[in-house]
Amino acid sequence: MILERRRKKSAKMSRRNRVQLHTWLARHLQVALSSLGRYVRAPLSSLMTTAVIGIAIALPTGLHLLLENIQELGGSWDGTATISLFLHQEASHEAAAGLARQLNLKPGITHVSLIDKNQALQEFQRLSGFADALEALGENPLPEVIVVEPASDRNTPEAARTLLTELQNMPLVALAQLDLQWVQRFHAITDIARRTVAVLASLLSLAVLLIVVNTIRLEIQNRHSEIEIIKLIGGTNAFIRRPFLYAGIWYGLFGGVLAWVLVTLAIGLLDSPVDKLAGLYNSAFVLSGPDFHTVVALIGGSTLLGLAGSWVAVGRHLHEIEPQ
Amino acid sequence: MISFDNVSKSYPGGHKGLSNVSFHIEPGEMVFLTGHSGAGKSTLLKLIGLLERSSRGQVRVGGRNLTRLKKREIPYHRREVGMIFQDHRLLHDRTVFDNVAMPMIVAGLGHAETSRRVRAALDKVGLLRKEKAYPVTLSGGEQQRVGIARAVVSKPPVVLADEPTGNLDPELSREIIDLFGQFNQVGVTLLIATHDLELISRLNKRTLVLDQAQLSQDRPATS
Repeated sequence: MILERRRKKSAKMSRRNRVQLHTWLARHLQVALSSLGRYVRAPLSSLMTTAVIGIAIALPTGLHLLLENIQELGGSWDGTATISLFLHQEASHEAAAGLARQLNLKPGITHVSLIDKNQALQEFQRLSGFADALEALGENPLPEVIVVEPASDRNTPEAARTLLTELQNMPLVALAQLDLQWVQRFHAITDIARRTVAVLASLLSLAVLLIVVNTIRLEIQNRHSEIEIIKLIGGTNAFIRRPFLYAGIWYGLFGGVLAWVLVTLAIGLLDSPVDKLAGLYNSAFVLSGPDFHTVVALIGGSTLLGLAGSWVAVGRHLHEIEPQ
Repeated sequence: MISFDNVSKSYPGGHKGLSNVSFHIEPGEMVFLTGHSGAGKSTLLKLIGLLERSSRGQVRVGGRNLTRLKKREIPYHRREVGMIFQDHRLLHDRTVFDNVAMPMIVAGLGHAETSRRVRAALDKVGLLRKEKAYPVTLSGGEQQRVGIARAVVSKPPVVLADEPTGNLDPELSREIIDLFGQFNQVGVTLLIATHDLELISRLNKRTLVLDQAQLSQDRPATS
């Protein structure tokens, strides 16, 4: 009997909670939509704010993507510190082949490949477009080249450098070049670039935050009397805050989407010239746009910035308005 | 329902809004508050609606001690006190219906309930036909009635009115005051600040008279 009553009571309670949750969600949806309506009703000022946010976010995003692409291009060299041995011009193919065989037996070297200078010339003629000029030279200006790949246990910069000195001192070798060096330089440069992008992104995020703070501040000022009246009839701060927070979310969301569109357009514009350039380098490199994660991070981050900005504005200015 | 116990309110600069005012209003009473301008009528109403806090003494409304009320509890207190202003304080970018619905929306009531109560309140003040109109298209008397509908829509136990007939001609004023009489008949406690002595004499209710920030008379209704 008691249990029965209790069950009925709890069923009633949960139904009431459900109704309350339902009302709460409906109110939020309504506030979100009415904020959106406000956004749409003042298209010029809304679009200007959105455009500023979009451009501010598109800039570091674009640079970040560019960097990603460059790193992808450089990624294929990662870790493979090969040493190129450019032999003296007078060294014959047989001597070069002999050296290659000799090096192959050396401990600490996993792979040796010989680039025949005649073969190299043919390839160069075919790809570079300098065929006529090379023809005019008469003799092959290219040296024999041996590419040496150190064993992975010798792949530290110090070990590679020791090997490099040893190879440099061989009589047939005119120049030994450690490819790791420029890979390292490349990494150092991209590292600087990455940090620059990070600094730029932080500064521009701050700018976006300030833009939203200012926009919402103006909106609060414009709706001064409305806020006053709502406070008079018993509106809580949370209630008054809500439409402004949604406004901030909309600004951030649309700004993020605009940034995505801008970046995609920019990549579309760069696509064919990059293709052409990659073709000239005999590379299958394709410029890749933002992947799913980047897009989510971009739009999500921008929305969060909008929310944070409006939160700051509301926190600073709402309590200043008290009904008289 | 409303009680003042030695309440004083002084403003920065030494100006006295109220000085040692004490009175008690029973639930369901209708009371006029009168006095010349600047005597402290508005200050007294503001203390009840917690638009201002007393400097000294205790204000109680419906058993709630307003002196101790925390800031975040103020909105919930104001939901129990309907306020009517001389300048109406309506939202001009919203329809009559939306204006009257505001207290219900603020309190988080459901859509069906809100519609029903808003229509009932508008019907009561005779403006049901104008629910879709915007306040600017209404006359002063109609705007005041919208303000009244908004004050009573959530059925607060206490309703305050500050010069509700201030800008209206005598006939409209009588209509408004009769409306208050009807609310009083259904048990609402009303406190109406006015300097319109004709209105006061028309209804024969208890009258508090303020003079230079002090309560100079407390005239009961003559039976």
